[in-house]
Amino acid sequence: MLVALIMVAVVAASLLFHFLSPWRMTPIASNWGYIDNMMGATFWITAAGFVAVILFMAYCLFRFRHQEGRRAAYEPENQKLEGWLAIGTTIAVIALLAPGLFVWGQFINVPEGAMEVEAMGQQWQWSFRFPGADNRLGATDALFIDANNPYGLNPNDPRGQDDILASGGDLHLPIGKPIKMLLRSIDVLHDFYVPEFRAKMDLVPGIVTYFWFTPTKTGEFEILCAAFCGTGHPQMRAKVVIESEDDFKTWLATQQTFAQSRRGEAAHDRRASAR
Amino acid sequence: MTDATLGEKENVLPPPAEVEDVELYHAKSWLTHYVFSQDAKYIAIQYAGTAIGIGLVALVMSWVIRLQLAFPGAIPFIDASRYYQAVTMHGMIMVVYMLTAIFLGGFGNYLIPLMVGARDMVFPYVNMLSYWVYLLATLVLVASFFVPGGPTGAGWTLYPPQAIMSGTPGNDYGIILMLASLILFIVGFTMGGLNYVVTVLQGRTRGMTLMRMPLTVWGIFAAAVMALLAFPGLFVACVMLLLDRTLGTSFFMPSIVEGGEHLKYSGGSPILFQHLFWFFGHPEVYIVALPAFGIVSDLISTHARKNIFGYRMMVWAIVAIGVLSMVVWGHHMYVSGMNPLFGFFFAVTTLAIALPTAIKVYNWVLTLWRADIHFTTPMLFALGFIVTFVNGGITGLYLGNVIVDVPLSATMFVVAHFHMVMGVAPVLVIFGAIYHWYPKITGRMLDETLGKIHFWITFLGAYAIFFPMHYLGLVGVPRRFYELGETAFVPHSAAALNIFITVAALIVGAAQAIFFFNVFWSLRHGKPSGGNPWRATSLEWQTPETPPGHGNWGKELPIVYRWAYAYSVPGAPEDYLPQNAPPLKGEHSP
Repeated sequence: MLVALIMVAVVAASLLFHFLSPWRMTPIASNWGYIDNMMGATFWITAAGFVAVILFMAYCLFRFRHQEGRRAAYEPENQKLEGWLAIGTTIAVIALLAPGLFVWGQFINVPEGAMEVEAMGQQWQWSFRFPGADNRLGATDALFIDANNPYGLNPNDPRGQDDILASGGDLHLPIGKPIKMLLRSIDVLHDFYVPEFRAKMDLVPGIVTYFWFTPTKTGEFEILCAAFCGTGHPQMRAKVVIESEDDFKTWLATQQTFAQSRRGEAAHDRRASAR
Repeated sequence: MTDATLGEKENVLPPPAEVEDVELYHAKSWLTHYVFSQDAKYIAIQYAGTAIGIGLVALVMSWVIRLQLAFPGAIPFIDASRYYQAVTMHGMIMVVYMLTAIFLGGFGNYLIPLMVGARDMVFPYVNMLSYWVYLLATLVLVASFFVPGGPTGAGWTLYPPQAIMSGTPGNDYGIILMLASLILFIVGFTMGGLNYVVTVLQGRTRGMTLMRMPLTVWGIFAAAVMALLAFPGLFVACVMLLLDRTLGTSFFMPSIVEGGEHLKYSGGSPILFQHLFWFFGHPEVYIVALPAFGIVSDLISTHARKNIFGYRMMVWAIVAIGVLSMVVWGHHMYVSGMNPLFGFFFAVTTLAIALPTAIKVYNWVLTLWRADIHFTTPMLFALGFIVTFVNGGITGLYLGNVIVDVPLSATMFVVAHFHMVMGVAPVLVIFGAIYHWYPKITGRMLDETLGKIHFWITFLGAYAIFFPMHYLGLVGVPRRFYELGETAFVPHSAAALNIFITVAALIVGAAQAIFFFNVFWSLRHGKPSGGNPWRATSLEWQTPETPPGHGNWGKELPIVYRWAYAYSVPGAPEDYLPQNAPPLKGEHSP
């Protein structure tokens, strides 16, 4: 009796917590509203299953609790019932899976004309790179990294000379344009994670990974690392600023290109050796 | 079946034995009897004792984690390195050294020979070695707490490159001992695992067909087969990572720049390690879950006095889960940077596994339908398992569905999910199983009142820890953060929730003292249980002595005439028919 009541209370408390608690998803700031919708649909389907199973169990606990003289029924199996339950579950699973796979298809296929931006991770900071006037990012390799070339761009690749390096810690992006984030690490695993964008992806040293999204809200958002990357992991943060196309262009114009940074460094080196 | 003649005994000649009874090794000294024992029952207790002992270390680690998350920086001892070391050791100990060891080494050793009617495991000497290698593995793990730099803090997944690089705590000696310990564990497990599998296949007594075995044996058997297939993945990963760390090979290490210095690695693949790790790591979830599934089926059936509903479906569900679980590992890697097309495949296989799993849940609750439910402590733990397992299972439908996993991966939602489904749920089964089989092991009952207090605090407390934790993940709080700091997207109230969770965790942890007191107190003062206190059908309750003697069965091996679920058979004199009771006239039990 009491056991059955407590089980019902567990279900009731869980549902109340879900609907009353102040802890819900942060307001979305990208095109991935589909993901939020999928999450909502998953909640309703799975919550229905949870409530049905536990309440049925609680009813049995009350109705068939041991009493003097009770004897259980003997029923090894009931293939019809098992068949129907299996069919019902299969339908629920397909109802979740089919739209899920459809959205995944969109997630991994970057729209034509998306703007490429590179995020590079290292313990424990972010830096960013934009393609220059030629709209193409230059080749990179960890082997090229030195004090004058922290991004590891191939100095002989002409496509890389006009690449714009934004190492100040902030990433600015224009609103309403599909962005293809290219992700690269020079040391350990990291993960580019902005909760408001819903999308995330690991950075893996040795390869370039990607994901895409379209910012739909202006403002500042935090970039966190979501793959444990050593003791400084929680401090590996940066800011992404979503702004109008014009503001973005103004900001971009203030950043150095790879070629400029090399000249600056070279001049700096000459001064240093002259002293 | 229900005809009136049922109740008289029928004369049936048992089938002849296929092989002669084999002479067992008989211990000649105290040392070979109690320490280097070759008796599976002693080995089981050694395994379970060691697993619970190291599990207590993991419990303390969990307090370290929770105290830091609730009161960041309040305890100076818990710095970032120690926090990550606690996280790593807690996870690794619980998954491998505690849960795997206690289900297979503990319950497997105790129950398989007794439940299938064997005198012992088929390879008793190898069985003994298995325990001692496991103990050595555990000691090597413990030693890593005392080496310079402490144990590894790489997270229980030990992902390279960070696992062996200087930004990670314990990268000098801790990681080497961790890998060595895992290699030893796998060697030890393989010796035990072969024993469990061969004993189930070859050691069953006359009449014990595979489809008459208790589901406990089915669960442990399937888990042992899976473990023999999955652990080699971890084994090779550990060996290669150890070579990368000690000899400078580059299996998993690409070109890396660390602090401006070029390391001497190049060309390796970090993702390769993840594939090998999860090829082991996902089956591992079911290596823990399947024995729990089996045990909980038997607890429910026995204490509800009713046959398990849909036995054949239950067996096939175990087999289906075992097979499917070998091809779902990629769902841990949806955002790892592997080829995104794999997402389609692994989402389909992962959600497909929901089907046999759901069938098992239905059959557990349907077993309660028109049953005669006794609210004993083992039954309460089984019911607690159903609630936590269903709750943890449905959040698996979020994380398995690749696109829904993208925002949730690496957040506290994942932590809450896997603790509910493979932490709390199996641990509740372990407790239920101990309350259930303690009388057979010791000849005395555990105290029921203390057991019930222990159950309610543990069940409701653990639910209060992990259910709200999902919502931190929904907010976006990442896992493995030593401190969250000021973060705009997380409301301040989340700190209050973290304190609530920590208080619940401290209470649940402390409440386990009730259990340990009960176990030790009842050893001397418990009510004598007799041989079959739960009036159960399966063979382990029909031994001539309790606790069972060396060789289990006295002179004659039992002969099995029916399945393990002959509860409340209409027309039978009592509400249970032991598997080895001679058949009644007109009986058609499976």
